[in-house]
Amino acid sequence: MRTTRCTSLRHGLPGLVLLAVAAATAHADVHYRPLPAAAFRSALAIDGASARIALPAFAMRTEPVTVAEFASFLAQHPQWQRDRVLPLYANADYLRDWQTPTVAGPEFANRQPVTQVSWFAARAYCASEHARLPRWYEWEYAAAADATRPDARSDPVRNQRLLADILRAGGEPPRPIATQPANVYGIADLGSLVWEWTEDYAAMFPNADARVAGGGPVLALCGGSALAFAAKNEYALMLRVAALTALQPIDASPHVGFRCVRDPE
Amino acid sequence: MSMIRKALAWLLCIPLLAGARAGAAAPGRADLPADSLYRITPLQLRDQDGARFDLASLRGRPVVLGMFYASCQVVCPLQIETLKRLQRALPHALPVVLISFDPAHDGVARLHAVAAEHRVRAPAFWLARLEHGDLDALGAVLGIAWRALPGGGGYSHNVVFNLLDRDGRIAARSDKQDGQDADFVAAAKAMFAAQ
Repeated sequence: MRTTRCTSLRHGLPGLVLLAVAAATAHADVHYRPLPAAAFRSALAIDGASARIALPAFAMRTEPVTVAEFASFLAQHPQWQRDRVLPLYANADYLRDWQTPTVAGPEFANRQPVTQVSWFAARAYCASEHARLPRWYEWEYAAAADATRPDARSDPVRNQRLLADILRAGGEPPRPIATQPANVYGIADLGSLVWEWTEDYAAMFPNADARVAGGGPVLALCGGSALAFAAKNEYALMLRVAALTALQPIDASPHVGFRCVRDPE
Repeated sequence: MSMIRKALAWLLCIPLLAGARAGAAAPGRADLPADSLYRITPLQLRDQDGARFDLASLRGRPVVLGMFYASCQVVCPLQIETLKRLQRALPHALPVVLISFDPAHDGVARLHAVAAEHRVRAPAFWLARLEHGDLDALGAVLGIAWRALPGGGGYSHNVVFNLLDRDGRIAARSDKQDGQDADFVAAAKAMFAAQ
């Protein structure tokens, strides 16, 4: 859609009309797909036991937010441009490699997932789509599916591919979105292109500092202990949690992007 | 006609000028440092006595800011006692504001009961709930996170105190449970010494 708008701008008045139409339908162009309510077994252990989570239904964005979409957001919400954002909401790495505060530049493809965005900025973007960041369990549940199965997590080939993807994602710029088949819910690129912010990532408490009303540690993840992962074969997921929980909400990593979810209306 | 207008403008200007003077004592957001917490708006609170106030109204004095929830049985009561001890260890009054991250359950009556139990009173020690504002963003700015435990059994959460300077900048942060954080105490004392 962004391409259409840019092209149409070159054609004078008809272009402006097209632009107006495109702007009016900006949100209609973004796809969210419903995921049914489920009793989901999380790979994260609670009190040493595999957690069965009752997840209400929600709808998830089919693709991660792209560079072009984020540029459009910045044009409409200038308070999130890197030279105007409050330092409480983003550090100096925020969109640092963009050519200007509003233009990503030739280094970036429009269909590439946006990265170098803080948790605060990701939340603000989702709010602009009348959505929110997914909670960890929602993300994990959606990412458990592959193109044919709602829960493909016991497939060693699939797990090996995810591991290869996540290791590669740490070393190079994100590849374009939607080049691989979407999963059974119609959602693409979960776990393959970038790390993705979740709303509650900071409350996963990966170290022994985690506390609960009763006293003891509740979620001790990855801190040298694979035991906190009920499913030990999901090494890619462990890497993902470890990387996310090491971040501050103002951090902007070249490998962390996001997508949004919506609650049912 | 224009004379009348000018006269009216003068009359209108008088309260405006008075307002400008008052503004010097309690400045608006424009002159706040870029990293001031008081730039986050709205953050409207209600305390254990039912009084409403904006977080930014704390501007002008150092303050300790933390979060808790009222039905917490172990960590949060300890947190309150720890902060009382910190207050006693300082030569000057250092107000504390603890904001509930469970506003759905923590109404004024509940906050009042916890305050009475621990013998804390506003304006030295506020227990407050957010009435209007972004609770998750506030927690993230303060380095405080919480997660509801499955089955409604309370929260898994961390305990972090932030020392704000008079302009709302975070000057020190502590996650020590025993109140024996020498750096945090030293930062608070240094802040009073600088005044």
